[in-house]
Order: sequence, then C-alpha cells, then structure tokens
Amino acid sequence: MTRQAATSAERLQRLLALVPYVVSRKAVGLADTAAAFGLSERELVDDLNLLWCVELRNPDPYCPIDLSYEGGEIVVSQAESIGRPLRLAVDEASALLVALRMLADVPGLEDRSALSRLIAKLETAAGEAAGPSTQVAVQVDKPTGDHTIAQIRDALERKRRLHLRYYVPGRDEATQRDVDPMRLLVVEGRAYLEGWCRRAEGVRLFRLDRILGIGVLDAAATVPPDAQPVDVDQGLFRPSADDVHVTIEVSAAGRWVAEYYPCESAEELGEGWLRIRLRTPDTRWVRRLALRLGEDGRVIAPDDLRAQIRDDATAALSAYACG
Amino acid sequence: MSRRKTERLLSLVVCLLSTRRYLTAEQIRQAVAGYPEQPEAFKRMFERDKEELRELGIPLETGSLSPLDGEDIGYRVQRQAYELPELRLEADEAAVLGLAARVWRHAELAGAAAGALLKLRAAGIDTADRDGDADARQGIEPRVHTTEPAFGPLWEAVRDRRPVTFAYRAAGRSEPQTRELEPWGVVNRHGRWYVAGRDRARDAVRVFRLGRIEGDVRFSGPPRSVTVPAGTDVREVVRTWDAVPPRENTAVLQVRPGAGYGLRRYATGPPEPDPSPAGESPTAGWDTISVPYSDVGWFADHVASFGPDVVVADPPDLRDAVIRRLKGVLT
Repeated sequence: MTRQAATSAERLQRLLALVPYVVSRKAVGLADTAAAFGLSERELVDDLNLLWCVELRNPDPYCPIDLSYEGGEIVVSQAESIGRPLRLAVDEASALLVALRMLADVPGLEDRSALSRLIAKLETAAGEAAGPSTQVAVQVDKPTGDHTIAQIRDALERKRRLHLRYYVPGRDEATQRDVDPMRLLVVEGRAYLEGWCRRAEGVRLFRLDRILGIGVLDAAATVPPDAQPVDVDQGLFRPSADDVHVTIEVSAAGRWVAEYYPCESAEELGEGWLRIRLRTPDTRWVRRLALRLGEDGRVIAPDDLRAQIRDDATAALSAYACG
Repeated sequence: MSRRKTERLLSLVVCLLSTRRYLTAEQIRQAVAGYPEQPEAFKRMFERDKEELRELGIPLETGSLSPLDGEDIGYRVQRQAYELPELRLEADEAAVLGLAARVWRHAELAGAAAGALLKLRAAGIDTADRDGDADARQGIEPRVHTTEPAFGPLWEAVRDRRPVTFAYRAAGRSEPQTRELEPWGVVNRHGRWYVAGRDRARDAVRVFRLGRIEGDVRFSGPPRSVTVPAGTDVREVVRTWDAVPPRENTAVLQVRPGAGYGLRRYATGPPEPDPSPAGESPTAGWDTISVPYSDVGWFADHVASFGPDVVVADPPDLRDAVIRRLKGVLT
C-alpha cells in the first residue's frame, strides 16, 4: 500500500503545482514545463490529460479544469479552485529558512540584503508553518578575522593568484604555497577555499581557519581547464589505492576518534573499547594521535607505525630526563 | 489503480475547495467519482483519503452543518487557508533561493526543499537552481550533511513537539544509557548535529550529540505534549554547553625550531631562544613560548601530540600530565 500511496500523493502534489505554474505564466511550452518538473513530455501530457478529465458529478456534472496543449503550448483557460499553489508545509518552509539563515552566517557572501529580504518574505508567506524552523540551526565557524575572506573574495573576483601560509596539523608544518582560487565552500559547518595548488599540482581544499597568512599576487589565476572541482556530496575524504591501512584500539575515553576521523569500521571490544580500522595516505597524523591518546589508545597495525610511535614517545620522554 | 486514486484525490481536493459550506461525506461520495457504493468500504477509503490530504498539508476543516443538527459532520477546505499568499521576488532574491535549496542536497530535508521550490515556481517565481548556475554567480557552495540516522526522527519530534527516548553513550562511557528528552531544537555545530531539551529523569536542560545516540529514537508521548519555554534560543543552549572555558592558565613551552606550529599560533608573544650552551641541555637553541590554556587534561593531550618537538617547562602539573600520556604509549 505504502509504495502506491506514496506515488499517488507525490503525483497529486505535482498536479496541484502544475496548474498554477501554467496559470502564473499565462502560457508555457511543453518542453520547458517538462524540464522544470523533471518529467518527460509524455509524462507531462499524461498529467495534463488527467487534470482535464477531472469531473465533479453533483449537484450538476461539470469539468472544473479546462486546458489545451495544442502546438506544444500549454494554456489553462479555467483553473477553478486550484489556480494558486498550496501553502508551504512546515518541513518545506523549514528546509528553506534554515538554509537561508545559515547562508546569512557564511563568511564572504556578498548579497546579505537579498538574503534578509528573502527570509522576511518567506516567513510572511509561510505564516505559522515558519514557526518550527527557528528550532533548527546550522552554525558556521567564523574564520579568524575578515582579512582572509576579503583577500579570497578579491582574488576570486579579479581572478588573481593567492599566496598562502597554511598550517597542516597532521604534519605540524606551516607550508608556503601559491594557489589559484576556484570557489569558497562551506561543508560540515566549516569554510574552505578550493583552489589549484601550484605546489601539489592538483585541486586542494584549504580550511580558512588554518590559513596563517594570505596575500593576493599580481599574477593571474590560471586554473587548468581540466581541474575537477571537489564533489562535496561525496564527503571530503577520498580513499586511494596507495593508502596505508591502520588498525587502532581506543578506550571509552578515546572513542571520539571514531567520530572525528573517517573510519572504515568500528568494532566493539567490550568495556567501552573500540577497534577502529581506517586508511590514510599519510600516517604522520596517526603518530601524533597515538601520542595524544596515551594509554587510551594502542596502534595495532601496521608494525612499522607501531614501532615509530614507541620511538616518538621514548624520544619525547628523554627530553624530560625520565625516558 | 494508482492513476484512479490520483484522480479521485484530485477531484476531492477540487470539490472541497469549491464549496463554501460544509459537505457531508455522502454529498462528497456523490460528487467525486471513484468511491464504492458499499457504505463500510466507502467509509474506510474516505478516511484514508482525508489522512493523505492532511499529510500533504491540505487544511481540511471539519465542522457541523447546522447548529441545530450537531451530529451531521461536514468537510471543506477554505481557499484562504489553502493558498500560498502572493509572493514576488526580485532577481537577486530568487538567486539566493536557488542556493538555499542546494544546501540540503542529499541530506534529510532535500525532499522538503525540492517541494518548497516546486510550490514557489508554481507561484510564478523563476529560480536559478540548475547545476552550475548558483555557484557561478556566488563563487560559493554551502552544504549541510545529515549522516546521523537520529536526525529524521528528532526533527519530527521537535516539529510535532513530542518527547522521545533513546540510548545514549556519553563521552568516555563504556555503556549507553536510556534517556528521555523533551526536545527543543536541533543545532549543527562544527559539522555535527546536537539536540537540546529537557531531560525528564534529571529535570534539567541537556544537550546530546546525535552521533552518540545508539539505535532508534522512539516517540514517548503524543504530538503537542512538549512545551518549549518562552524565549529559548537553542543555538545559545548548545553554544553554552559546548563553550571552551576561559583560558586562565599559561604554559611555558620549549619548542624545536621549525616545529610546533599548532602551539606557536596561540603564543602570547614572540619566541625567546633557550640560552643554554649547545650540548648542555636537550633543548639548547630551542624557542621558549608562552601559551594560554583552560583545561590541564585537554591541553596535556594536545602538547603530548607534538612528541619530541615540544617540552613543558612550566607548570609542573601540566608537565606531569604530559609525561603520563607519553608513558601510557609505552605500556
């Protein structure tokens, strides 16, 4: 029942939007309308026929909707009571309003005035349905200072190359690099600069809060035409065939590791301990993680990584004269 | 079958919108094609249809036909309650609308965002939401993910004001505990979702991380049985809960040249070189920096992660905590 009920309900929603869509535009082409609704022309014609067939039988039989689509152009000559779209549902109003309020927090978005006008208009149009949207919020981390944002925007607008001093925590390095900016991304509440890194000769993401220094260069940004933007819907972590497979066990106090890093698997070991498997192109950050965890973590594999970590700890302790 | 049902539901909507007065179930059966003659079968089908219309957000009203005849129940949909009010957008407003709808792509509210956009287009608004349009204009691409399975049921609970129960494994705990919560709101912070509300057993405000909820979230009460206290700002509740305490302590650290950037960033002044002659101290020639911190345990974890590149000179409790971490690695 549910499958068929869902499709009937979905189709009904579409039909109730289709009539006002045409009415508000006076006349529209079949092809354009099909594209706007994500339908084939054949499916659209089927929808139009269904609308045209609606009949009320009592007290007198009459057809409330009159339309034609001759010559590829749809005209609704009588829409009766469904000439306007249905109000926004709570979920619908919330989806848009939560997203818009989040955008208002995004650093560097120029069009704040359009944003606040649109929020006000939607709140008014949604009426009561806008209420619950204030109970959902997405916070965006503010990068340190507006200077970074201003420089990136400037470089994007004038298509200039940027010079970055960028902190890489996994290696504890402050790196210098020239980057041709592509766009600003906000994923998982954090802002990133996406650009063509001339040092790595590839598309890289730079977290704005890790940019230690930034300057716009005189050189023009030259992003190679075949540079592929990161598909943010697939997550920011991209496994590769060259990755090292790491197994690490953590106590209850170290379980945050499974939330914080992309893991391939997490297996309960009892008493709160967890065995985590992950893969990474660079194990330097795992060494630092193991030192941070102390007795709340133990790297199981690979063997050479385990040995390195013991060496790190021994060397560190020797500086305290208790190694 | 499905087509006939769609036709019937559509006729029902048109019929209910076209009437000013309430129509009885029998009048509706006569006007709308597709209902069975048999009274019980009709009643069942009509009940289901009414439920479907309500789920779509169609404001179906129930009322009595006349004050004298209170038993005769009738139905109608008022145009004013049904119709989206007149809405006109400027071109720049329509552009950000397309961007907003993309925020939820592939996430929990993606369908709702698409539904909203469909209605706004039906109201005559042209939105730029095709691939490439919006980001080309703004140079910006924002996304929210809802990978936590608890997001869907908790949003419903917040929306419908229903209490919930779930198993929760708090940080550092080895076993999950059952909690009952009156949810006030869900907030995404640093890319993670949190729910804030009143914990019934503890009778206190609590914040839970959705990623630490294990198993299903269950409703433990009917809709509209939760009252959010007036003036509650859920963002603020979560921010307060998650806030880093003020950094009132200062550590004196010795840092190997060319290393320790994760600590140097927060140093209060320029580094001072360790004056010890070479060979006399393991940190001869290193930089000495002062870094403010709040919690000894947390900061010791952080310092330990730099391994042999950073040594704590002061205070002693931080120094001891770091040594403990490092020894823990070797056990």
